[in-house]
Amino acid sequence: MTHATADTNLPRHFSTYLYRHGTLYLLLLLTPPLLWFGIVYLGSLFALLIQSFYTFDDFSMTVLPRFTLKNYQGLFAAANLDIVLRTFSMAASVSVFCACLGFPIAYYMARYATGWQRGFFYIAVLLPMWASYIVKAYSWTVILAKGGIVYWFIDKAGLTPLIEALLDIPFLGGNTLSTSHLGRFLVFSYIWLPFMILPIQASIERINPNLLAASADLGARPSQTFTTVLLPLATPGVIAGSIFTFCLTFGDFIIPTLVGPSGLFIGTMVYTQQGAIGNIPMAAAFTVVPIIVIGLYLIFAKRMGAFDAL
Amino acid sequence: MPFAVELLNVSRSYGKVRALDHVTVAIKEGEFFSMLGPSGSGKTTCLRLIAGFDQPSTGTVLIQGHDATGQPPYERDVNTVFQDYALFPHMTILENIGYGLKVKKVPRQEVRERALQALEMVALPDFGHRKPSQLSGGQRQRIALARALVNRPKVLLLDEPLGALDLKLREQMQIELKRLQRQLGITFIYVTHDQGEALSMSDRVAVFNAGKLEQVDTPQNLYRRPTTIFVAGFVGTANVVRSETSRLITERDTPFSIRPEHITLILEGSKPRDIQILGRLIDIQYYGAHSRYEVEVEAGQLFSVQVASDQLDATVLPSVGAQVMIGWDRSSMISLDEC
Repeated sequence: MTHATADTNLPRHFSTYLYRHGTLYLLLLLTPPLLWFGIVYLGSLFALLIQSFYTFDDFSMTVLPRFTLKNYQGLFAAANLDIVLRTFSMAASVSVFCACLGFPIAYYMARYATGWQRGFFYIAVLLPMWASYIVKAYSWTVILAKGGIVYWFIDKAGLTPLIEALLDIPFLGGNTLSTSHLGRFLVFSYIWLPFMILPIQASIERINPNLLAASADLGARPSQTFTTVLLPLATPGVIAGSIFTFCLTFGDFIIPTLVGPSGLFIGTMVYTQQGAIGNIPMAAAFTVVPIIVIGLYLIFAKRMGAFDAL
Repeated sequence: MPFAVELLNVSRSYGKVRALDHVTVAIKEGEFFSMLGPSGSGKTTCLRLIAGFDQPSTGTVLIQGHDATGQPPYERDVNTVFQDYALFPHMTILENIGYGLKVKKVPRQEVRERALQALEMVALPDFGHRKPSQLSGGQRQRIALARALVNRPKVLLLDEPLGALDLKLREQMQIELKRLQRQLGITFIYVTHDQGEALSMSDRVAVFNAGKLEQVDTPQNLYRRPTTIFVAGFVGTANVVRSETSRLITERDTPFSIRPEHITLILEGSKPRDIQILGRLIDIQYYGAHSRYEVEVEAGQLFSVQVASDQLDATVLPSVGAQVMIGWDRSSMISLDEC
């Protein structure tokens, strides 16, 4: 080590100074992101919450800063409740389906994939997210349309009666695949699947492999090991993933517009309320619904002991 | 009576790496059997094959005389204590211990009773409602032991179970493990890289090196009559002399080993030995009851000489750098195989 003069060593003096003043260091590091987070994220959320209590004047079509519970009452009107339930059931079934589909992939990625396989799986899972999702949603309308590739396959396989019977089922069917609930469900599941796989993969990777070996060693069959050791320990990942799929489905307005039957989703409702009508308070009230649902979901998950292993 | 565990010509390869190379060994009923070797020697692979976590590439694994090759772990009557304990973090201690019985559909009341007994056995009776994260390393170790033993396995496999504990606790657990084994009469197969641990606890020890079995014998015989250069060097401290140097010292070609305690410093008035050579004292390590003198002889070979602290008069002891004469009797030399 040479003895350099003080002025040439300013960066070093500065880092030594910060090393000795830990609190200052922490403040310098955290203040900018916390300001950004506090003001932009939480602040806007708070503004949203406040506005959901504002009054919308139907005559003048303007928002008045007068507090009212009318917007929330409005949520329980039959038509609006219908929208909430429709979105909720779609979000729930997409989450469950993505979890079932994503778990084996995530398990394989975390436990068995090594070397090039690992890279391949990561890219394979992430690659679909690189493409614009409007393009993907549009292409699904073509894929699922009458005369599209799916119908062609079904026709060749002689399954046309089966798909027609399927499309006749209420809450599932529709005129064609691309205008059915089933089609919309498929597109939602397709688009959100990566958001489910990655958190599950991360949580399985954190599980000590010896725990699975110990379970088998103590006499548990693979199905018992799955339900009593693997699944409970991977639950935080499943919950994180389902929060993604849940929230994304709740907030989306593009897929409900492009694929599936008519009938509004929360996303499309918010879009209409604030865009066409300008009823920001009602739109805000609708936006609060997923926040409350997710909050209840987390409380439930905690009660069930989902985070005990964290 | 059939052997508790028998490996017949077992090999295990991972790609091009031979982790285990034609190993044949028979472990007797009720025996405390250790597998000793450096890391990567194949001892843990051997244990995994017995537990069923892995399958041999070739060869046969017999448990209680039955062919267990290809049998999954949950169908084998053996239990394992893992090096990192592998306690289920989301279950209480009692749930952990009762797990093996629960998955085998033992009635709930009996699971509870036997789990509580197992807790008594490892002297942690009041810990049932805690979570593993609330326990110390030594306590987790005992719980892992209780969780395995509560199933009353025919064979207990222990994979370096004391590796993560500090010295005092390790010595205490060694005594307890040995006592438990004698009391329960279960066959223990104990994997360790610590030769002291293997010697002090075992009825027999198998020494592994580079995937091969070097020697299987009682601790006494391993120490007194090692058959290979590797065993001589790995078990206890030994001065292993290879053939070229052996020719210079003994005028014979056979490699041999000599224990530090069998070499003496030849001082004025010492009784003469069969073999005596001159060397230079390089270093002295003091261990309390004895010291170790490192002596380099002319052939370039380094000898460790153990000198009891009360054996010599401090005033006549040589200092580092001095010329010293060391010697030993032919009877304490152990001839070794070349390999």
